[in-house]
Amino acid sequence: MTTMTDPPQESFRLSMLLNDTRYRSYTFQFIALIALISLIAYLGSNLVQNLRAAGLNISYEFLGEPAGYDINQRLIEYDSQSSHWRASIVGILNTLLVAFLACVTATILGVAAGVLRLSNNWLVRKLMAVYVEAFRNVPVLIWIIIIFTIMTAVLPGPRAFRGDDPTASMVLDMFAFTNRGVYVPAPEFTSGIFQGAGNWLVILASLVASLFITRWNVRRADQVQEATGQRPNTLWANLAIWFVPLVALCWIMGLTWNYPELKGFNFAGGWTIRGSLIALWFALAIYTGAFIAENVRAGIQAISKGQTEAAASLGLRPGRIMKLVILPQALRVIIPPLISQYLNITKNSSLAIAVGYMDITGTLGGITLNQTGRAIECVLLLMLFYLIISLSISAVMNIYNNAVKLKER
Amino acid sequence: MTDATSQRTEPFVRMDMLPEQEPPATQRGVVKWARENLFSSTANSVLTVAAIVTVYYILVSSMPWLLNGVWNSASIRECREILEGATGGCFAVLTERWNQLLFGFKYPPDQYWRPTLAFVLLFVAAAPVMFFKYLPSKMLIFTGLYPFIAFWLIWGGSILTPLLVLVGFVLAAQAFTRLEHKGFAIAALAAIAAAAVMFWLASTIGSGGGSGGFLSLEPVQSRDMGGFMLNMILGTVCVSLSIPFGIALALGRQSDMPIIKWICVVFIEFIRGVPLITLLFVANVVLAYFLPPGTTFDLIVRVIIMITAFSSAYIAEVIRGGLAALPKGQYEAADSLGLDYAQAMRLIILPQALKISIPGIVNVAVGLFKDTTLVSVISMFDLVGMIRGPILASTEWNGVYWELFGAAAILFFVVCYGISQYSQWLERELATDHR
Repeated sequence: MTTMTDPPQESFRLSMLLNDTRYRSYTFQFIALIALISLIAYLGSNLVQNLRAAGLNISYEFLGEPAGYDINQRLIEYDSQSSHWRASIVGILNTLLVAFLACVTATILGVAAGVLRLSNNWLVRKLMAVYVEAFRNVPVLIWIIIIFTIMTAVLPGPRAFRGDDPTASMVLDMFAFTNRGVYVPAPEFTSGIFQGAGNWLVILASLVASLFITRWNVRRADQVQEATGQRPNTLWANLAIWFVPLVALCWIMGLTWNYPELKGFNFAGGWTIRGSLIALWFALAIYTGAFIAENVRAGIQAISKGQTEAAASLGLRPGRIMKLVILPQALRVIIPPLISQYLNITKNSSLAIAVGYMDITGTLGGITLNQTGRAIECVLLLMLFYLIISLSISAVMNIYNNAVKLKER
Repeated sequence: MTDATSQRTEPFVRMDMLPEQEPPATQRGVVKWARENLFSSTANSVLTVAAIVTVYYILVSSMPWLLNGVWNSASIRECREILEGATGGCFAVLTERWNQLLFGFKYPPDQYWRPTLAFVLLFVAAAPVMFFKYLPSKMLIFTGLYPFIAFWLIWGGSILTPLLVLVGFVLAAQAFTRLEHKGFAIAALAAIAAAAVMFWLASTIGSGGGSGGFLSLEPVQSRDMGGFMLNMILGTVCVSLSIPFGIALALGRQSDMPIIKWICVVFIEFIRGVPLITLLFVANVVLAYFLPPGTTFDLIVRVIIMITAFSSAYIAEVIRGGLAALPKGQYEAADSLGLDYAQAMRLIILPQALKISIPGIVNVAVGLFKDTTLVSVISMFDLVGMIRGPILASTEWNGVYWELFGAAAILFFVVCYGISQYSQWLERELATDHR
């Protein structure tokens, strides 16, 4: 019988820190940690010295002081006596507004262009290729400035709408396109049952309720179809669920439209959409739409032709093949890059500062920074805001990716 | 009579071959192509008509402007006088301000040949990397020398400064190869030490020597650079610097060492989470606070630092994708050959991972080159900054928007489209599998 003995334990020697792979990683990490700490300490001591020399300190008290500047495009109440904090909130809302508008428009444009690039129509295919290449290969800043120039230098001033023989006129008597912005009719609730924003909340609540009821309706139809083979028609019921409560609510709350009117030298009434917002919105949408078109095309092309043929051999019609077989698989490929394009839109919306749209970069990182001189604090808050947005969007993406991951058994 | 009946009883037999008939008019040539490609269904026909109308309107509104353009005049007023109310572009602004668009408004005009030469040499330097299969690898020596030549040409000053830095790199490489058998870490440390000594020498001699001395060109300050040249400088410098940093970050993120891994993860996610503009703000107003009191850094250097940090985070993610796409067997094969980490990465993993990542890296490079226009926001006079600043603000050319922005768009389009076409060609060239 042989006995197995452990090899003699090697005692630890100092040279093993460098030569033995078991211990070497500790040496490297230790060096990296020391280097990092000393770098931070070095930068920190420089910062303290520089701040002392400039007679400054790190403080966020300026956020409570009156901002003293005006913001012409805003979603909430704000005037020049409001605090810098309030100005930042206005900026955040403006960032979210333009990002949301651009995301929706870019998705519509991108999906349309991506599908049309695969069309069997030669001319349309080539046109879409030209669109995608032209917009992907030119900086978005140039597109923003070009559209901003159209909005401010090409459109007529409000003065052109005046007089007996005006050179410009309103579209449908409702919309006025001027170099100060686009004026559109604004809905107003006159009955006064709910106050201010309450009206909008009620409408939103009714829309959410409609969404749930229609989904329930569709599920019920599915069940009937499973049981009897006959699918009851859901179209009219769904339309009624969407529109009847909406129309009724609008009637109860006394919806009227406030049309923009030429008063004196400018338009009054209605909503004003500034040229800067439109420039940013459309430039981001068209630019990102070109990227989304490529993602959509790649996603559809990633589904092998066998899937289409298999579906066709089962007797499905082309529309159903797309809806039931191709899209569910293609979406798995399309959605992750789509979400990172949304992230890009949000980050690119910081280019607002180039056309004077007051988003968070324009307020906190622009005028507030210049007025208070609090560069470090402002830039830090600015980065924090974008970081929070980015991290939450990537969290959503991870949840989605895990949900649609191919379940392999 | 009998003749006729006998003829009738005989069955009809054709003795000769009929000549081939042309297909019917609707099944050949342009008509067939149009029917198949443009009017195959009602929906397609509607799309085709809509597309034709769109193209027609675009052409009708742009052609007179393009063809009737004025290429020679001194100001927009003179331009309008020449046109006498007719539609036409005022392209004279391009001919008159072409040098400003390319070089900015402060670069000494008698020195324009220097950036131009550097630009031409860029192609000579890039060619052996881009077409490595077709050009002798000896030409890579010039690619290695190019950064120093370009620095000397564009910034001017004594040639000693870039020369000493070059010597520093050569010494570092020598030290590395001499000591490599003693282990990667020792060799790397020796190389860094050798380079640092030469860089210190270069900085002292470079700042002391000034404009005089051996083979010296008229020095040009960084703040005098502008126009498309600035975009090219920022784009090429930042992309080439960020590739090594990106590789290091990607390897760090894949590493087993938790501290190094987390440093890399935090850096990458932080940079990718914030817009480039905020980083440029940092370069413009914040970075100075973190430097030792009294140091003044060029704005262009600060911007290069921040843009390089930005793009290395993105390139790191692309390379991480390439590393993850490699089969695990490659890592195991390298281990079983007894290679240590540095050798395994250098000889087995990275060559394959980088090959997979090339399309992604090129995408990042194109995006970065487009993003260099953002420096106009922090009041640097790149191409967009030149147009919005000195040119549109001048009394002669106030109001010439389309010609200028159109020219800027075309310049960027040519470069970016060219690069992306090259990347597609390279992808086909490198596709060694699935043959």
